[in-house]
Amino acid sequence: MTLHLINKTPSESSALIDSLSAVSEGDALLLIENGVYAALQGYAELFTRLPGSVQCYLLENDAEARGLKQLNQEFRPIDYDGFVELSCRYGKVVSWF
Amino acid sequence: MSETKKSFLIINRKAPYGSSAARDALDVALTISVFEQPLSLLFMGDGVLQLLPEHNASEIGQKNLSANLAMLEMYDIDRLYVCRQALEQRGICPADIRLNITLLDQNGITALIKQQDQVLSF
Amino acid sequence: MENLDVNGQAIAIDNEGYLRNLEDWSKEAAMQLAQQEGIELTDAHWEILHLLREFYQTYEMSPAMRPLIKAVAAQLGSDKGKSIYLMSLFPGSPAKLASKIAGLPKPTNCL
Repeated sequence: MTLHLINKTPSESSALIDSLSAVSEGDALLLIENGVYAALQGYAELFTRLPGSVQCYLLENDAEARGLKQLNQEFRPIDYDGFVELSCRYGKVVSWF
Repeated sequence: MSETKKSFLIINRKAPYGSSAARDALDVALTISVFEQPLSLLFMGDGVLQLLPEHNASEIGQKNLSANLAMLEMYDIDRLYVCRQALEQRGICPADIRLNITLLDQNGITALIKQQDQVLSF
Repeated sequence: MENLDVNGQAIAIDNEGYLRNLEDWSKEAAMQLAQQEGIELTDAHWEILHLLREFYQTYEMSPAMRPLIKAVAAQLGSDKGKSIYLMSLFPGSPAKLASKIAGLPKPTNCL
């Protein structure tokens, strides 16, 4: 099972779109840095076709830093410790940078 | 100060913090204003993300861009234009933005660029 | 790294004499910084220094001359919101000098 890391906005690069087509059952998606903007409501549609077993997270420090509020509820906010924990829990990490 | 006036437009197209683009644009804007040249700012694409209020960038060891942008009017930089579609695409409501902005659609943006002597894109 | 000695306490400054840390500022540090610039601080100076500290807290930047004048005019009245008045208190380049004594970073984009 794989943890997918995204650090660019949906329009900044194809990283998010590329990653979404490569996510499979049981994987997790983590938005960091500029990647957290993908959790804005305007982008919710992008995530509706993900397999139900895919867990979505975002780094809350990065969201806070950017003044983001009322984000897509599918994304669970985590802190740096949570980031470390996720990296350990998933055997493989793909950084779509 | 010299008599020569040139109108400048700075286009902001990048999200804040992921790169130095937003900060560089601000730096240039403040410098242009010190020379008292007519200046407008246009936010389009990911650049509209700079306008979200209440950043808390100390979380990631950076300075708050939202605090700096609130200062623009003290520099008499009060012509802020924002691409309407860019806000809509990102689900951002114009009322969420605390700065005094003017919304523009595609035609408005084309006209704005046409009016300028110099255009700088970040 | 250079230091400013304030009552036997060493405070870090940069090579132009601006404090490196905002929190190191105190009344004594201000008086010391002012003295180095040949200025004796009066109430008229202090109200500008406090206004500058507030400006920095709100906008996280030191103001250049024009926004400084604007802020002074708004808070202390149009008699004081004039460059000639600020020049009389902080001769030369008021925005730079007053920021330095207020313990703030050097204003960028300042002529």
